[in-house]
Amino acid sequence: MHILVLLKMAPDVVEDLEIAPGGKALDLDCLRMILSESDDHALEQALLLKERHGAKITALALDAPEVDDALFTAAAKGADRVMKVVGMDPGFTTREAARYFSQAIAEEPGLLPADLILTGVQAIDDLDGLVAPIVADGLRMPYLGIVTGVALEASAQAARAIKEYPAGVRGEFLVQLPAVLGIQAAEKPPRYVPVAKVRAAMKSVKIECSQALTLADGGLPLVGVVEMKRNEPAGHAEMLEGKPDQVSGQLCGILAERGLF
Amino acid sequence: MTGNICVLAEQWRGQITEVTYETLALGREVADQAGVPLTAILPGSHCRELARFLGAADAVVYIDHPLLAETVPQTCAEAVAQAMAGERPRALLVPLTNISLGIGTLIGVRLGAPVVNFCRDIRVADGRLLADCVMYGGKIEATVEAGAPSGPGPAILGIWPGARQAEKGRAEREVPVTDAAVVLEDTGAIRLCRYIEPEAGDVDLTKQEVLVAVGRGLQDRANLPLAEELARALGGAVCGSRPVIDQGWLPLSRQVGKSGLTVKPKLYVALGISGAPEHIEGMKDAALIVAVNSDPQAPIFSVAHYGIVGDAVETMPALTAAVEARKAAGQHA
Ligand SMILES: Cc1cc2nc3c(=O)[nH]c(=O)nc-3n(C[C@H](O)[C@H](O)[C@H](O)COP(=O)(O)OP(=O)(O)OC[C@H]3O[C@@H](n4cnc5c(N)ncnc54)[C@H](O)[C@@H]3O)c2cc1C
Repeated sequence: MHILVLLKMAPDVVEDLEIAPGGKALDLDCLRMILSESDDHALEQALLLKERHGAKITALALDAPEVDDALFTAAAKGADRVMKVVGMDPGFTTREAARYFSQAIAEEPGLLPADLILTGVQAIDDLDGLVAPIVADGLRMPYLGIVTGVALEASAQAARAIKEYPAGVRGEFLVQLPAVLGIQAAEKPPRYVPVAKVRAAMKSVKIECSQALTLADGGLPLVGVVEMKRNEPAGHAEMLEGKPDQVSGQLCGILAERGLF
Repeated sequence: MTGNICVLAEQWRGQITEVTYETLALGREVADQAGVPLTAILPGSHCRELARFLGAADAVVYIDHPLLAETVPQTCAEAVAQAMAGERPRALLVPLTNISLGIGTLIGVRLGAPVVNFCRDIRVADGRLLADCVMYGGKIEATVEAGAPSGPGPAILGIWPGARQAEKGRAEREVPVTDAAVVLEDTGAIRLCRYIEPEAGDVDLTKQEVLVAVGRGLQDRANLPLAEELARALGGAVCGSRPVIDQGWLPLSRQVGKSGLTVKPKLYVALGISGAPEHIEGMKDAALIVAVNSDPQAPIFSVAHYGIVGDAVETMPALTAAVEARKAAGQHA
């Protein structure tokens, strides 16, 4: 079994996000990039499948700041092969990201055949589409998203995938392989890997590079950001200020006044 | 459909979803601004009678096929793309729900049309279609132009739940229904085997008047008792955001949000929750929302009535003590 995991870096929203001059994009110089949260879960789901059934895992990422760390971490966790696509046009969109992934999958030896292609269901910057369905459509593979669990059938020709619906309802799907799954959450939280193991991977593992090809139509300038601004939450909520016991006292008074306890 | 504003009507388990009504309400406004009709597109199997619930639209296009009984994204996208082929609607609004996620992207790819996700609002200005989008977990707002009127295909706009009130898009009446014939291939590649109903939890969150909600800012499972004590003092129950449930700190029956429950308590205390749109859609209608977050820019403060910038772990015991003291004082008075 070969599992291909597609990884995309996304801005860490714990940091303050700044808007670039021009007001149409984030200021890349002020960003800290981290692995998109659901991609981390996709990697974890692949590792769980490898533990259960034995599999070769290839992690394929798009070049971005901190991507090497993410790939070495993937290797330290158990990915067998790590590769990054380099040379994309700056400021590529999610739809373009999906096409860069698809090109690399088609061009690089050994990425296909893949029995399962796992990636995160949605990243916080997926403004013009989602990666998983586009890659699936391009490869003519079935796609299922918002997946929170995958079990292989005995034949290894199919998988049972759990998809989330609203209100805590889930659906169990039988998916013929090869398939692309958009992972929402792995069956277990992404594992922790000690820094020493990541450092060891940095010494022993080679990140392969795949050169991005120019997109045939020069990309898809179909969606144009007119203006971008920070959501300034101030102004809506009445802010209570002071030490914890002071604000608690104030809040308590407000709740009591409203008869809430 | 040419020039029209269209809405993808979701049906799930025999009913039109609430988010469809919300999206219809928004679609109605956009269609009126553009001075064009509003069309609802309803894919399904043997559910033509549901069209009468889509009375907020001027017309319904019904796509009937056995493979559309369950919403499988690729099949549904293919059906809608076929139904729209040869027509040039101005826009197709697709609810961003767990049922339809991915369908908008696939329709956009098949039609070579622009896709804009994360839309909270849509408006027509000087003939341009502008979408106000909430992205980066709610921290950034972007105004996005979705393709030119003469550009390729309709603009496919993914609409966040809660964009409008469902009531405004709910209208039951006879609407002209057109049947669209589509040819779909049964590859059998994806099949729904069964629904798994949520296990009944020890408490029904939807019936609680007070909820103390914890998020990743709780930092550690060991801090959960602090939230439980606060909930006990306030006479409520503890619930959580997705990461808290994914970590196994609380059961799925306590998850609030898109994949969890929608709650409307009298009081919702959000502790260490950032306020991502997927969480907010489950709690925004609480009568009083109090948020405690160490980040003054946390989007949760946009929906909260009262906010405290601070450490949730320090605030919880202080608030519990204050509530207990006040209750004791009340008893002695
Ligand atoms: C299809 C789909 C379905 C989803 N369904 C749901 C759902 O049902 N429910 C849901 O909640 N999410 C859902 N999500 C996930 C959602 O996008 C967010 O990732 C999630 O809500 C974030 O949870 P959080 O706020 O606890 O964590 P984070 O976003 O990581 O926020 C943690 C917050 O804690 C604050 N903090 C840190 N330390 C402290 C401290 N000591 N004191 C106070 N504050 C602190 C930080 O400033 C931050 O704001 C879904 C996502 C998708 C794509």
